[in-house]
Amino acid sequence: MNTVNKSPRRSAFLTVFLKEVKENLRDRRTLMSAFLTGPLLGPILLVLLLNVTLNRELEKAEKPLPVPVIGAEYAPNLVDALKVGGVVPGAAVADPAQAVRKQEADVVLRIASDYGRAWRKGEPVQVELFYDSSQRDANTSVERVTRLVESYARQQGAMRLVARGMSPGTAWPLQVARRDQATPQSRAVLLFAMLPYFFVITIFMGGMYLAIDLTAGERERQSLEPLFANPVARWKILCGKLAAICVFSIVSLLITLLAFAVVGQFIPAEKIGMELDLGAHFAAYVLLLMLPLVLLLAALQSMVAAFAKSYREAQTYISLLMLVPIIPSAVLSFMPVKAQAWMYAVPLLGQNLGIMQLLRGDGVTGEQLVLCLAGSLAAALLAVLATIQLYRSEKLAISV
Amino acid sequence: MIEARGLYKAFGAVKAVDGVSFTARDGEITGLLGPNGAGKTTALRMLYTLMTPDRGQVLVDGIDAVIDPLGVRRQLGVLPDARGLYKRLTARENIDYFARLHGLPEDLLKNRRDALIAALEMDDIADRRTEGFSQGQRVKTAIARALVHDPRNVILDEPTNGLDVMATRALRQFMLRLKGEGRCVLFSSHIMQEVAALCDRIVVIANGRVVADESPDALRAQTGEANLEDAFVKIIGTDEGLAA
Repeated sequence: MNTVNKSPRRSAFLTVFLKEVKENLRDRRTLMSAFLTGPLLGPILLVLLLNVTLNRELEKAEKPLPVPVIGAEYAPNLVDALKVGGVVPGAAVADPAQAVRKQEADVVLRIASDYGRAWRKGEPVQVELFYDSSQRDANTSVERVTRLVESYARQQGAMRLVARGMSPGTAWPLQVARRDQATPQSRAVLLFAMLPYFFVITIFMGGMYLAIDLTAGERERQSLEPLFANPVARWKILCGKLAAICVFSIVSLLITLLAFAVVGQFIPAEKIGMELDLGAHFAAYVLLLMLPLVLLLAALQSMVAAFAKSYREAQTYISLLMLVPIIPSAVLSFMPVKAQAWMYAVPLLGQNLGIMQLLRGDGVTGEQLVLCLAGSLAAALLAVLATIQLYRSEKLAISV
Repeated sequence: MIEARGLYKAFGAVKAVDGVSFTARDGEITGLLGPNGAGKTTALRMLYTLMTPDRGQVLVDGIDAVIDPLGVRRQLGVLPDARGLYKRLTARENIDYFARLHGLPEDLLKNRRDALIAALEMDDIADRRTEGFSQGQRVKTAIARALVHDPRNVILDEPTNGLDVMATRALRQFMLRLKGEGRCVLFSSHIMQEVAALCDRIVVIANGRVVADESPDALRAQTGEANLEDAFVKIIGTDEGLAA
């Protein structure tokens, strides 16, 4: 009974896409996750974390360091030398091992009672440093005290040699000159190893509620069956939905990139000799690298959600899926591997390597970029095809 | 016109539909009557191409559902067993969504949608979000969105399920109106009174098979029972799963 008409019609793809966007813009939980908590969590966490660590390191390097000294009276000269280096000798403790283990002191110095006698005879003497190397917090203090004691020893050794008419150089035939090739930027990389994961998580959270809502949610609300009764191929409906998920993810990513750019200004990176560029250039490259990943994650999330019988079940599955992208970041930060060309073609890993290179200030070569985009895009298309296949299932539409 | 020819559908060992054939003609209301679990919904799902029959053929206005499922869906307006609406959209937006999926041009869409809103007396709820709608309001919205493309054939799965007396009466009037417009109306029900009051033709299904396909009068004559209720019980062999 339809009459022929020349008024504009909207394509099925566009219809589905616009409807899903409109519907989800009306959902507060989706909006919060996609545009607030998801994209801002990473930057805020990073700034807090960095400020705490950086400030602590800086403080430790300059502040007076209280160190309980046992037997200070046997070696007044050594104690004086330590005082010059910023150490504040404290009262002796009864059990140095216990004090360190209980974190009452970062490090305890024990000077043996025969120190004075041995020193005067010119025999080597021993001082003991008690510390717990599993307390990462204390490491700076331990290093400081060690360095002070050693330099005092070297100084005294040199003076003894001079007193015997020998050149101090005799005792140190070899000298190590350290030439650190780390640039301020590459030093920053160590701290920012988890940055790529933040980006992936943002994309993930941006699209998550949509992906659940558009498959498992629609099935649970029993609206999938009437939807499939329309004269539109299911793959077209799926494509409209995927597009909506992708748009939400991309907006999330843009917000987080913007936030990182702003936040980057407040990170006191230069104080510890680092350089950090999270500006427009960096953001543009990250966006480009991440685009195929957006589609891949949208398809994977939809696929997982299509398997679930209910909204809650889908939420559980998708939370598990969220752990997958952490793998490359974790592996790379715990066991740094030398990047091979093929690694760039592996989704997630390629993005991870690329972003780390950007942070290091090395930039990404054309070949690496192509490999990364092509590899991830191929994976994304496979995931889309698999999801389309899943959508053809008769059972998908039937609500329980 | 909707034709089912020898439909079979099994889920594992369960034969949900075990040889169903019938014809629903234009300008008539055809009732698919059967107890709960008789296979009505599965049979209808094959008609609107949500499921593919293991065997048999579905023709809608002469279009084969296996060869051209989209063509069949274009000829059909469907109120499925699942009536899910989009709760964050208004009733009007729900209707528009399906109209656009049917490829309706924008100006025709507006006319059809407004005509249906008037016909179903849902002006007061048209611009409310469907979250919190009563069962009756939900069914109205679902029917409006199923019919917005002006289909020749209408399939309604248990349309009066969960409706109160007033809503049921209104819906029956609406179905008679569809029939008056010359459409082919096919609906399923397990309520005998309803089928008896509305139908030109009654297809009785039990255990996945058609056990009778007659006009109400012929059905009474065939069973020798003056009362339609007794006639049904006699045909099905049990009164389990039927409601008066």
